Amino acid sequence: MSLLEFENVTLKFGGLTAVDDLSFSVEQGEVFAIVGPNGAGKSTVFNLISRFYDPSNGAIRFDGHDLLQVKPSGVADHGVARTFQNIELFEHATVLQNLLVGRHRHRRTNLISDILFTRAARRQELESREKVEQIIDFLDLQAFRDKMISGLPYGVRKVVEVARALATEPKLLLLDEPASGLSVEETTDMRWWIDDIRRQMGITVLMVEHDMGLVSGVSDRVLAMADGAKLALGTPAQVQSHPAVVEAYLGKAS
Amino acid sequence: MRIVFKTNYMQDIRPWKDGYQLTLYLILLAVVAAAPWWLDDFYLGELTNVLIWAIAGLGLMILTGHTGQASLGHAAFLAFGCYANVVLIEAGVPFLIAFPVAGILTGIAGVTVAIPALRLHGIYLAIFTLALSILMDDIIVLAEPITGGVAGKYLGGVEIFGFLVDRWATPAPFFWLVLGVAVLVTLGYINLLRSPLGRSFIAVRDSEVSAQAMGVDIARTKMISFALSCAVTGWAGALMGLYAGAFNNETFSVLISIQLLMMIVIGGLGSIHGAFLGAIVIGFLPQFLSISKEYVGALFGGNTVAIPGLEFGIFGMILIGFILFEPMGLYGRWLKIRTWFELFPFYRKDMFKRQKSYLKTERLR
Repeated sequence: MSLLEFENVTLKFGGLTAVDDLSFSVEQGEVFAIVGPNGAGKSTVFNLISRFYDPSNGAIRFDGHDLLQVKPSGVADHGVARTFQNIELFEHATVLQNLLVGRHRHRRTNLISDILFTRAARRQELESREKVEQIIDFLDLQAFRDKMISGLPYGVRKVVEVARALATEPKLLLLDEPASGLSVEETTDMRWWIDDIRRQMGITVLMVEHDMGLVSGVSDRVLAMADGAKLALGTPAQVQSHPAVVEAYLGKAS
Repeated sequence: MRIVFKTNYMQDIRPWKDGYQLTLYLILLAVVAAAPWWLDDFYLGELTNVLIWAIAGLGLMILTGHTGQASLGHAAFLAFGCYANVVLIEAGVPFLIAFPVAGILTGIAGVTVAIPALRLHGIYLAIFTLALSILMDDIIVLAEPITGGVAGKYLGGVEIFGFLVDRWATPAPFFWLVLGVAVLVTLGYINLLRSPLGRSFIAVRDSEVSAQAMGVDIARTKMISFALSCAVTGWAGALMGLYAGAFNNETFSVLISIQLLMMIVIGGLGSIHGAFLGAIVIGFLPQFLSISKEYVGALFGGNTVAIPGLEFGIFGMILIGFILFEPMGLYGRWLKIRTWFELFPFYRKDMFKRQKSYLKTERLR
């Protein structure tokens, strides 16, 4: 059974069809990339998975559950974590606090035990901290642990966002343009981190990315989209040489 | 500069950084607790007033400072807490039960208000709560059988374990009662901030979209925030009632709501220190003004006419000054001064300058 399944999903905003009868599935343990020109509906696919939008038609299944029955804040509980194209971090909190928010779905304490900070709350904090520290080590964020997000450079914020998503211990990680705005070195780091996330942590990765070097370097399968519809699906090499994809990017050969 | 070497995660989880910091706060607490011996009754009363305002400020800080929901209606909850406390005491409930219950009832009232307010953001929420504050005035008048209407209510001292606690007859025990409540609320607040619930408040404040993606239920979190905020405000209201002795529908006017909001902005949004620093400014400014007015009057030939609206004019100017020059409030200013001393002579002017904030995902709003 596939981890994530899109079945004939259509999303319309008034007269605009953002996602048009889209079907694909992401298998357990793979890195799956979505590419396409601007406005192709790539981020909309992510927002559908995050349940920010309700599809007009079709079904989305995750890990055997009907995702359309889940409320937006419940998606993380099922094991989906995501990053945002235009970084959405908690600006006036430290890196550590940001990552600890990622542990939210694992909390076992309630209002009363939080306010009294009982033994159980203390134990839970220590556990969360240990998990978060592993991720800080993994992504080399030690130097920024107690820094406010509002004072961090763009490249670091990008990594912190990935770290926060990993802190939820997801089954599926959605990366919305992980390399946009990063330098060549930072992009290379990101490429190996995505590889490690899949290999060491066993997390399935679904990403939207424009950098074809990153896409072909790390992904197993690529979905090419244009105008909300599927153009091609296959290995990076297959998709890159697919005539419809070449046409969407470069126009028709005369 | 003092550098704390961390060897254990508990050093980050416990509320104090190191023994030095803990000692400082314990000394501060001891000095304040000993206030009845080094302050005369008038200033002890003023200090009590400041602490009550600080408790109310902590209540509003939970909602506005940490959850990012501006409220201009907290005077309504002060009134609710005050009347709940008095009505319970008049019904024969002992103070030690009536007081907590008054807070809890205010919290429940807060949740009831929060349900329709959940979908409102920013200025709309401010207007909604402002309306609430104005409505409360009328509600108190209309509910005359319970509240005493325009004539108001009177509450003398209360008894705790047979001891009379009264603002006028026994100012010291009353001060300790207020201090005790302030310390308990502060401790609860500190615990809140270092636990998942407090972090979810901050998450909702800074980015609802990504808070949701992290599994934070926005509506539920806002409701809990409203409940806690209103409960604490209710306790402050109950204490205010005891402090004032007599009160009616005009005691908790809209101006009190605005003053509360001004207080936490001046003190510094999003910090516990901010509530206390703001309360000190709000609490002592009227005294400071009347003293300096006499002084200035004497300077220009004994003219001490009352100038209507002077107090609020000055408050307003201070507020504008803070928003323009020190958005982080007094606490932010204090952090800068402290850093200056700690790093001397290496402090740079733009050290606290924020990086340009990057474009946020607007289209999901």
